[in-house]
Amino acid sequence: MSNLTRSTAAALADGLAAGEVTSVELTEAHLDRIDAVDGAVHAFLHVDRDGALADAADSDARRARGEARGPLDGVPIAVKDVLATRGLPTTCGSKILEGWVPPYDATVVARLREAGLPILGKTNMDEFAMGSSTEHSAYGPTRNPWDLDRIPGGSGGGSAAAVAAFEAPLAIGTDTGGSIRQPGAVTGTVGVKPTYGGVSRYGLVALANSLDQAGPVTRTVLDAAMLHDVIGGHDPRDSTSIQQEWPSFTEAARAGSTGDMSGVKVGVITELAGEGWQAGVMARFQESVDLLVKAGAEVVEVSCPSFVHALATYYLILPAEASSNLAKFDAMRYGLRVTPEGNPSAEEVMRATRDAGFGDEVKRRIILGTYALSSGYYDAYYGQAQKIRTLISRDFDAAFADVDVLVSPTAPTTAFKLGEKLDDPMAMYLNDLATIPANLAGVPGISVPNGLADEDGLPSGFQVLAPALADERVYRVGAALEALYADQWGGPLLDKAPALAGAATAEVK
Amino acid sequence: MPFDDVLAAYDPALGLEVHVELNTASKMFCGCPAVFGGEPNAGTCPTCLGLPGAMPVVNGKAVESAIRIGLALNCDIAEWCRFARKNYFYPDMPKNFQTSQYDEPICFDGYMDVDVDGETYRVEIERAHMEEDTGKSLHVGGSTGRIHGADHSLVDYNRAGIPLIEIVTRPILGAGEKAPEVAKAYVAQLRELIVALGVSEARMDQGNLRADVNLSLSPKGSGALGTRTETKNVNSFRSVERAVRYEMQRHAVILSGGGSILQETRHWHEDTGITTSGREKSDAEDYRYFPEPDLVPVAPSREWVDELRETLPENPTVRRARLQADWGFSDMEMRDTIGAGALGLVEETIAEGAAPQAARKWWLGELARRSNEDGVDIVDLPITPADVARIQALVDEKVVNDKLARQVFEGVLAGEGSPDEVVEKRGLAVVSDDGALGAAVDKAIAANPDVADKIRDGKVAAAGALIGAVMKEMRGQADAARVRELILEKLS
Repeated sequence: MSNLTRSTAAALADGLAAGEVTSVELTEAHLDRIDAVDGAVHAFLHVDRDGALADAADSDARRARGEARGPLDGVPIAVKDVLATRGLPTTCGSKILEGWVPPYDATVVARLREAGLPILGKTNMDEFAMGSSTEHSAYGPTRNPWDLDRIPGGSGGGSAAAVAAFEAPLAIGTDTGGSIRQPGAVTGTVGVKPTYGGVSRYGLVALANSLDQAGPVTRTVLDAAMLHDVIGGHDPRDSTSIQQEWPSFTEAARAGSTGDMSGVKVGVITELAGEGWQAGVMARFQESVDLLVKAGAEVVEVSCPSFVHALATYYLILPAEASSNLAKFDAMRYGLRVTPEGNPSAEEVMRATRDAGFGDEVKRRIILGTYALSSGYYDAYYGQAQKIRTLISRDFDAAFADVDVLVSPTAPTTAFKLGEKLDDPMAMYLNDLATIPANLAGVPGISVPNGLADEDGLPSGFQVLAPALADERVYRVGAALEALYADQWGGPLLDKAPALAGAATAEVK
Repeated sequence: MPFDDVLAAYDPALGLEVHVELNTASKMFCGCPAVFGGEPNAGTCPTCLGLPGAMPVVNGKAVESAIRIGLALNCDIAEWCRFARKNYFYPDMPKNFQTSQYDEPICFDGYMDVDVDGETYRVEIERAHMEEDTGKSLHVGGSTGRIHGADHSLVDYNRAGIPLIEIVTRPILGAGEKAPEVAKAYVAQLRELIVALGVSEARMDQGNLRADVNLSLSPKGSGALGTRTETKNVNSFRSVERAVRYEMQRHAVILSGGGSILQETRHWHEDTGITTSGREKSDAEDYRYFPEPDLVPVAPSREWVDELRETLPENPTVRRARLQADWGFSDMEMRDTIGAGALGLVEETIAEGAAPQAARKWWLGELARRSNEDGVDIVDLPITPADVARIQALVDEKVVNDKLARQVFEGVLAGEGSPDEVVEKRGLAVVSDDGALGAAVDKAIAANPDVADKIRDGKVAAAGALIGAVMKEMRGQADAARVRELILEKLS
C-alpha cells in the first residue's frame, strides 16, 4: 500500500485486512507525518508515540492470530484533549489541568481501545471547548492546514486540522454548539454530531452537559460512519445515554454513496441565510442543493422561526451549566495549585488558582453563567432560555413532520484570520449560528465539504440535520452529496489544499 | 432568664431538619461502598472524587429507601422529580456543588404524630429529599480541631457520595413549654421509625442521624414568625432538647433587652450546653440551584410505590397499643418507656427472651440512670438488648442476684465483654455451695452469739443480721435464700 497517510480509514482497514500493510507501519507513518508538519499546524497537545506503537503491535499480533476486533482494528486515531485518557495527559486546553493524568478512560476512549485503534495523541482545543477558533487554547492556537494564518475552527480545531493535515486518518471531537461541524467546514473535512445520548459522555469533561456530544472527525462520510459504529451505543455510566439498538451507520453511508437521492425530501432552513453570510459560502450551498435536486431529491423551504433566538438561548444555558461544571477546578485534588504568600486559607488558594488557571473566555462564561443562575435572575434568564429551547425543539418537530432532513451552510463564513475576532466575542459567537440549534434540540448533524468559496479559495461546509435517533439519514445524505462532488471534482476536496510538509514547517518555525 | 418567664412572654416556633445516612451497599451516584471509615480515600472513584469527566448514576436502592421513609411519614410521593445542583465552594465537597433536590423533592406533605407525656403533637413534614454526603475535613494542628488555627487540613472523601435523606418539618407551632420535649420526642420517634424501616444504622453518635434545630420566638399571641437561628449537628436526643431550651432562653434574653436576633447558623457545644455563632446565613445566600443535567428525572411508578407501601412497618400508634397490651404495661409504665426513648430497646430485649417487666426495670432503672449520668442517649449506651436479656437470664438462673447483676451491667458498659465474660472475669457468680456457705454461717454465728440466741428463742426476724454478715463475708456473692435456710437449720 502506498500513501498511507492520504488513504481513508476505510481503505486502511481494507489494507490491514488484506495483509498489505501492518498497523505498526501505518501508525509510524502518521507519527512521522506529525513530526513533519505539526510544528506548523499545532494540532496536537500531546503525542504518545510509544503507546500508539505498542497498541499497533498488539493489533498486528491479534490480526495475525485471526482475532482482529473489527474493521478499524489497527487504524490509528487522534482524540480531543477533552476526553479522559488513562495514563495520557488531559488538559482540556487549560492551564488549570496542566499535568493532570486521568486514572480512567472515557467510555469513548475505552471503546476505541477495545476496538483496537492505536491512540496517536491528544488534540488541541479552545480552553474547556469554549470558542470557535482554537485560539483560546492555553497552549497556543492550531493553524488551518489550508492557510496557516487562519483559524481551523473550534473548539475542536486540533482534531479537524490533524485530519485535514493527514496527521491522523480519524479523530474524535466533541460538539456543544458546533465544535465538530464548524471546524469540519473550515478545514474541508467531515464532522458528525450524533443524536444527544447516542454516544456516551462518561469521561468527556463537560462544557455544557445538556448540549455536549462526542462524535467522529474524518475525511470521508464512510470513515465517520465506521467510527460512529465503534463509539456509539448505550453506556450504563451515562444516565443520559439512550438505551436502544442503533442501525449500522456504515451501511447507511454505503447506501448513500450511490448518489441516488430519489424519495428524499430536503428542507432548506429559511432563517439560516441572509445578512452576514459570506457570498461564496451561500453560492456553494446553492450548488449543493441543486446537486441534490439533480440526484432526485425533493427540496422545499422550511421556516424555523425560533432559530433566531438560538444563539441567545445557547449563551445562557451553556454558561450556566459550565459555571457549575468548572467549580470543581479548585486546586484541592488535582491540576494547578497556586499558593499565595503568607498563610493562605483553602478559599484563598482556590481563588488564586482559578484566577491564574482560567483564561479570559472561560472567566467570561463563568461570570455569565453565575449571573444567569442567580436568585432573582434565574427565571428571567436560565428559565426563559429553557422555554425557548422547547420552542426550538418544536420547530424541528414541525419541520421533520414534513421533510426527511434539513440543510444549511455549516458556518456563515470560511476560515477567518488568526486574531481577527479575538477581541470581539459576539463576532466569534456568530460563527455557530447554524450549528447551535441542533445541540439545543439534541438532533444529529453532519458537515460535509462542498467546495471552495470564490472570494478566498477556502473550504465551506454543507450541514445536514435529521430527527433525533435518525442519525443514519445524515450519513445517507452526506455520503450521497460526497459521491456527487467526487464525480464533479474527480477526487477529494483536500487534494486542492496546499502542500504542508517541510517548507511550511520551516517557514513557521 | 428563667424558662417560665420566657414562656410568659414568647411563643416558640420549632423546625427540624434531620439528615439520615442510608445503609445502602453503594453510594448515591457511584458503585463505591457506602461505608464511612477505613483507610482514608480508599472507598472512592472518579465519580465521588469529582474527577473531570466522571458522571453520576442514581442508586435505585436509595430511591427505594427514600420512598419508604416518605410513605412511613405519610408523605405524597412525586410522580416525577429531579435532582438539582446546590452550588457552593467547600474543600470537602468534590465538585463544589452538592447533588441534591430543590423544588422537586421525592417526598412531600407528610406528618408524624409525636407523643409527649401522653399528649399527641402532629409534626408536619414539608419534604424528604435525596442528596449526597460531603467528604470529611480533618484539621491538623491548633488546639480546637477546628479550621481556624489549624496548620493544615486533610480531607477524607470516603463519606463523599453516601446517600442521605433530608427530612424537613414545617414550623412546629403551639408546643409552648413542651417545645424542647417535642423536639426530642420527634427525633427519637423518627429514629425509631428509621430503625423499623431498616434503611439506616440510625446511630446519632456515629452521625448516621444528624439533626439541625431551627428556632425562633415571637411575642406571645402575635402569631408572627420571628427571626430564626439554625443550630447544626445536634447529635443526641437530649442535646436536641437542651439546644432548643438554650436557644429559647438566649433568644428571649436578646429580645426582651430590645435586641434583635441575627439569622445565622450556630454550633452546639455538648460539653458546655451552649451554642455559639457560626456563619451568618441570610436568605440571600445563593446556591444557584438548577436541575442536574447529568441525570434523568426520577419517576417512580405508582405500582412500585404501592408495592413499597406494603413493606412498611406497623403504624407507630397501632404498634404502641399492641405492645402495651402484649406486655401488660400500665399507661404510666408505657409513657415512661416511650419518654426514656427505650421502647424499641425494651421490645428487642423481650424478643431476646426477657420478661416484659424485667426488661422495663433494667432499661428504665439502671440503664436510664447511666445514660443520664454519662450524658449519652440510652440507645447509644454500649450495651445491646441481647446483653440485657442475658443478664436477666443469669438472675433467673440464680447465677447472680440483683445486686451482682448491677456489677455485670457495669462490666459490660465498661467494655469488659459479654455478661458471661464479666461474671467470669469478675468472679461474680453467687455461691450456693453448702460447704462454703456453711463455713461462713458458722463464722457469723460464732461472731454474733447474742443474735444467734434470739433466733434460737424463735425471733426468726433477727436472721437478717446474720444473713448480712454472711453476705459481707462472701462479698455479696452468696445465695441469700440458701443462707437463710442454713441459719435456721443450724439454730433450730
